[in-house]
Parts: sequence; structure tokens; C-alpha cells
Amino acid sequence: MSNTRAEWEALSDTMALVGAALVAALGLVFAFMSTEAPLVFHGALFVLGGVLAAVGVLRYAKLTKGADTISDGDYFDGPIRVATIAAVFWGIAGFVVGLVIALQLAFPALNLDLPWTTFGRLRPLHTSAVIFAFGGNVLLATSFYVVQRTCHARLAGRWSPWFVVWGFQLFIAVAGTGYLLGITQGKEYAEPEWYADLWLTVVWVVYLLVFLGTLWKRKEPHIYVANWFYLAFIVTVAMLHLVNNAMLPVSLTGTKSYIVYSGVQDAMTQWWYGHNAVGFFLTAGFLGIMYYFVPKRVERPVYSYRLSIVHFWTLIFIYIWAGPHHLHYTALPDWAQTLGMTFSIMLWMPSWGGMINGLMTLAGAWDKLRTDPVVRLLVVSVAFYGMSTFEGPLMSIKAVNSLSHYTDWTIGHVHSGALGWVAMVSFGAIYCLVPWLWNRRGLYSIKLVEWHFWISTIGILLYISAMWVSGITQGLMWRAYDKLGFLQYSFIETVEAMRPYYLIRALGGLLFVLGSLIMAYNIWRTIRGDAIRDEADQPEVAAAPALRLQPAE
Amino acid sequence: MKHEVFEKNSIVLLIGILIMVSIGGLVQIAPLFWVDSTIEKVKGMRPYTPLEQAGRDIYVREGCYTCHSQMIRTLRDEVERYGHYSLAAESMYDHPFQWGSKRTGPDLARVGGKYSDQWHADHMINPRSLVPESIMPGYPFLASTRLRTDDIQGKMRTLRMVGVPYTDEQIEKAQADIAAQLSPESRQARELLVRYPKAKILAYSGGGDPKAPTELDALIAYLQVLGQMVDFATFDASGPNLR
Repeated sequence: MSNTRAEWEALSDTMALVGAALVAALGLVFAFMSTEAPLVFHGALFVLGGVLAAVGVLRYAKLTKGADTISDGDYFDGPIRVATIAAVFWGIAGFVVGLVIALQLAFPALNLDLPWTTFGRLRPLHTSAVIFAFGGNVLLATSFYVVQRTCHARLAGRWSPWFVVWGFQLFIAVAGTGYLLGITQGKEYAEPEWYADLWLTVVWVVYLLVFLGTLWKRKEPHIYVANWFYLAFIVTVAMLHLVNNAMLPVSLTGTKSYIVYSGVQDAMTQWWYGHNAVGFFLTAGFLGIMYYFVPKRVERPVYSYRLSIVHFWTLIFIYIWAGPHHLHYTALPDWAQTLGMTFSIMLWMPSWGGMINGLMTLAGAWDKLRTDPVVRLLVVSVAFYGMSTFEGPLMSIKAVNSLSHYTDWTIGHVHSGALGWVAMVSFGAIYCLVPWLWNRRGLYSIKLVEWHFWISTIGILLYISAMWVSGITQGLMWRAYDKLGFLQYSFIETVEAMRPYYLIRALGGLLFVLGSLIMAYNIWRTIRGDAIRDEADQPEVAAAPALRLQPAE
Repeated sequence: MKHEVFEKNSIVLLIGILIMVSIGGLVQIAPLFWVDSTIEKVKGMRPYTPLEQAGRDIYVREGCYTCHSQMIRTLRDEVERYGHYSLAAESMYDHPFQWGSKRTGPDLARVGGKYSDQWHADHMINPRSLVPESIMPGYPFLASTRLRTDDIQGKMRTLRMVGVPYTDEQIEKAQADIAAQLSPESRQARELLVRYPKAKILAYSGGGDPKAPTELDALIAYLQVLGQMVDFATFDASGPNLR
């Protein structure tokens, strides 16, 4: 038995080394064959990634040689720790870039007249950093955590989970630096060029296999509801990514490619992708977080099992139709617009079903909302989810959309979802995870969580109310007519009117950044193992399972 | 059927998910490729000139779509502010489409011909020199960066593979056509106009030398052709184009 195990480990180490060598070789090809400086740089990044991976594999193999260190009962948490720290790091980076571009809209001189610092290049950096780098790492960390605990099985693979986490960081580094250097496909939320897309595809397929492999090893007969959502998120994002990024590179040693679709077909494909980046990356995946962390933290079962089933299937079926509401009154055929609007309105129901299921899980434990700020983060996130999934269907109605589209109202809507729902539920999950993963008796300070909660909540409220006012104002100004029947305002007058709201928005963003810095400090002190400041104020469940007086499991 | 089937078998769950998430996309996207009325029948659409396409690539590179739309909706105020509502045909050669989703700046679908070449040059270098209230970034570096032209034929061949009908002649003459579009009153410019009707021969050249065009020249060539191709005198929205 132990002999076959050693053989299996030696084989998997060898394969990991071959993989690392392939990555490095690919990087060398780019670095030496390309005449474009950015691709040479990205080639060097791949070489670095391959070399570091090989060093890691060799060191670990040497360290564990002969020793029977891992039993199947142990959970595989190393990659989860890395993804958790990465989430905090990229989160702050993404929020700061967001603050910078918010300030650029109020003070255009901050664009600095340099290619790498203009709004046009920083805005994709912001959106990708918060959605894919921050959100993506939160999803990697939580999905790997949840699938192991709910299946009572160790993550599948010896190196694959590490590859998924570090491969994803390499993708982020390549995509993010690419934006600054002007490497972009010009499709919103799908900006990375062909070689970054292909790399992400490899990482994502391995992610799916690790997740499925862990499900196959499960010792529980049933697959827990959170895992349905994670699985739907992983599979659907793979489908969206592959279809929307279908392209033809101009040269295999150049950065530029052209998307195979054009015009109206490209628009429809892009917003099918774009809206389902929201639906599956930012919703289904994070609902997986809700379905595990809310019940776990409040120590109550999910409110309704039947509602979870209805919620799941209707949500994933209906979401995929909602894309055309981004294209109302455009050159997209009317039948497609109408379908998009109809399904977007229908989407209100499963969304609120999910919200009710999350909120009502607190039944009998509502007092925790007052005593535990981590619960408050989780619950307020679900409340924001309910608010923005009401606002979304409203804005998808053509008559409303004629006013809201192209304005800051959309930006406000996105942020009530992204800051209020996605980021807040992520913060709640991170505050749960860190003591559990690093085996601590609780967070360094629950008081600081309280501060984080209030500062970011005020920040979000400032942000979204400023954007409501500016969006509706600008929408109304664009369509205002004077007494003689002429358009009342020139375009630039509507730009000028936005300035006070852009300042308030930047202030809201600043508060949100400050909150995230407080979180980073708190997490850092917790990981370091510093003496807890207020252990008495923290619930039993804040401690790592092994350290609880009455272990929950 | 009991839901247990899905909960106890990951492959059944996976297949169930795949079926559920495939239907919407298939119904909404696939017909756009074969329903004839999706793209209107119009006169005047042609592939971009090499200089315009190079300029378009710069427009994409700089993320102009993050603030400017290229899609005039079928609403009274938009048509009065920007011109005839945008047709699907007008972006049929756009890889990728650049309709945009936000108007921090105005729509650009018909900005072509609205301002002089020199206005665009001054405005790109320092927007606030012409529009004091503007919040657009300045792009002075475009005026000082030499346009890369050695890759234009590769780009045109790639575009032809994804459906843009460039002819062999157009691809062969691409390098010369870039210089031609920056050489007003020349024989080459007249030939260019045969290959690409309604192309704007630029009176402005930031580099001052048609043989050494700048990125700004290319971007202006692109901006000046936006909305200029379709002949709206012959466009009939109610006839065969009724959608």
C-alpha cells in the first residue's frame, strides 16, 4: 500500500516538473521569438512561473520523501491559505485603482498624459482586479474549503490544487500588466488577449477536474447545495469564456488577435458573456458562499431545502437569457431585446427566493446580528443582493433602460451588487476562514471588524446614492427639450453637472478602501498569531474547529 | 423524478447544469447568424482602409470604449443629438464591436466629418485646450509615436479569415495605401479612393511626413470615417429592412 503510494507521488511529482518545464519553455518561446516588448515581458513572467513551480515541487518532494505525511483524512488547506491572502491583496489593489479612476473623472489631470495611466487602460485593470483577481481568489479559496468539508474528503490531486491557485495568480499578473501596456481585446470584462485566455482555459479545466474529483471522493451520499452553485459557476464560466473569446491571433509571436464575431453578433455574444459573468461568477459562485458560511456562522440549518432546489435550477436557467438587456434600442433585433427583458424581469423571483433562503436561515438567531459583526457582514450582503436584484430587473425594462443606459446609474447598480453583495459576503467569509485555516481561537480583533463594517457600509451608501443622482440627472438632461423644441443641454453641460457627484463617489470609494485596509491589518495580526484583543466578544464558532470547547462537527 | 438523482451523482448534476445553461444562449445567439434580416441591406459599407483599421486598433488599445459608445439608439433625443440611429450593418466589419456601454463622453458613431482633422489632433493632444470643461485624458503620446505599419498585411489577412472581404489587391497595396491616405491631391490617394470609396484623405499629418505616419494620424483617419459609409439617401427602413 505505502509502496504504491510512494510510486504515485513520485509519478505526480514528475508530471508536475514536466508541466513546469513546459510553462517555462513556452515562456522562452515568447521571450525570444516575439518582437513586441510586452510579449517578451510576459514570456519572462511565464519562465519565472515555471522555474518557481519547479523549485517548489523539488523542495516539497525532498521534504516529504519517505515520510507518510498525508492521510486521506487531512484536508488540503495550503492552496486555500494562498488564495485567501491573494484575495485580500488583489482586493485592496483593485479598490485602490478604482479610487484612482474615480478621482480621474473629477480631476482629469490625474491621467498624467501618459499611456499607462489613462482612464481607458486603468478602468479594465480595476474591473478585472476586483471581479477576477479579488472575487476569483475568494471563490477559489471558499470552494476548495467548502467542497472538502461538505464531502469529508481531501481535495483531489497532489499538485493540481496548487497549480490552480498559482496558475490563476500568473494569469492575473499577465492580464493586469497587459492592460497597462495596452494589450486588450476591447471586450468588456473579457479584455485579456489570446495567450492569457488560453492559459486561463488550462487553469480552469484543472479547477473543474479538482472540484469534480473531490466530489467523486466524497464520503457523504448527498452533494451539499453550496457545491451545486460552485459547480454551476465553474462549468458555465468555462463555457462563456470559450465562446466569447473565440479569436484568431494575427501572429503566434504577437499579442494582437481579432475576435471571430463582428458587429451585432459580437455584441450579443459579448453581453451573453458579460451579464453571465455577473450571473455565474459574481452570483452563483457567491451564493455557494452564502449557502455554506451563513448557516455555519449562525449555527442554524439552511431555511428551506425545497427553496434551495427551486432557487438553484431557476436561477441558472433564467440568468443565461438576460444578456440582451444591455442592448435595448440598439441595432440588436427587437425579438432578442424583448426576450432579454422578459427573462430579466423573471429573474427577480429566483433572486429573491435565494435572498429569503439566506436571510431566513437566521430564524431563531437574529440576536447574532447585534452581537457578531461577521454575521452582520454576511446578512447585509444578502440584503444588498436583494436590493440590487430588484434594481436590475427594474433597469432591464426598456422604458427605464432608455433613461438609465449609458449613464452612471448603471455604474451605481453594479457597485451596489459588487461592493454591497460580492465584497461584503467575501469579507464575511474571509473573517470566518482565517482563524479556521490558521488554527486560531478567533480574529485578532472583532472590534476592528465592527469598524470595517460601518466604514464600508457608509462608503457604499455614499457611492450608490451619488451614482443614482448623477445617472438620473444626466439621463434627464440628455433628453430635456426647451420651449422651442430643441435639445436643452449640450453634451458638455451634462458632463459639468456630474462633478459634485464624482467627488462624493470618490469619497465613498476612499472609505471602502480604508475599510479594506483595516481588514488587511486585522487578518495579518490574526495570521501572525498575536494575542487576541477581545476573545470574550467573539462567538465560539469564530475559533478553528479543533479549538472549540464543543467541536461543531 | 426525485431530486436525489442530482444530489447523489455529480455527473448527472453536471449534465443537468450544462443543459440548463445552454438553452438561453442557443436561442438568442445562434439565429443572429442565419436570420437574414439581422443585418440590413445597405449601400456603402466597405472594409476599413489600412490606416483606418490601424487607427481602430489604437482606439481598442486605449480603451476608448470605456467612455464612448458607438451606438445611437432609436430614441428621439439621440437621433437629434447624434444623427440617424445606428444600423447593424454599420458595424458588420467591426472585430470586435465597439458599441460601448457608457457615455462619460459623447457617442462617436457619427463623429466622422463633424470636426476638422486639425481639431481632432489638437483635441487628442490636449482636450481642455478646446473644451475647457472636458474630463477626457490627454493623448499627446499618440502624436509622437510612430505608427507600426509592418504588421498591417498580417492583420488584414487575419481579418479576411474572420469574414472581412479584403481583396488580394487591397492587402498587397496596404503599405502604400497608408502613405496614400496621408498624401492629399496625389495619384495614390485617387487610387485609394477607388479601392475604398469615401475614405478621408487627411489634410493633417502630425509627423508631417506621409512615409512616417504617427498613431494619431491613424486614429484620426478612423474617427473621420465613423458613420460616413452608409448612404442614408438610399436606405429604406420600412422596405426589405423591416425588422
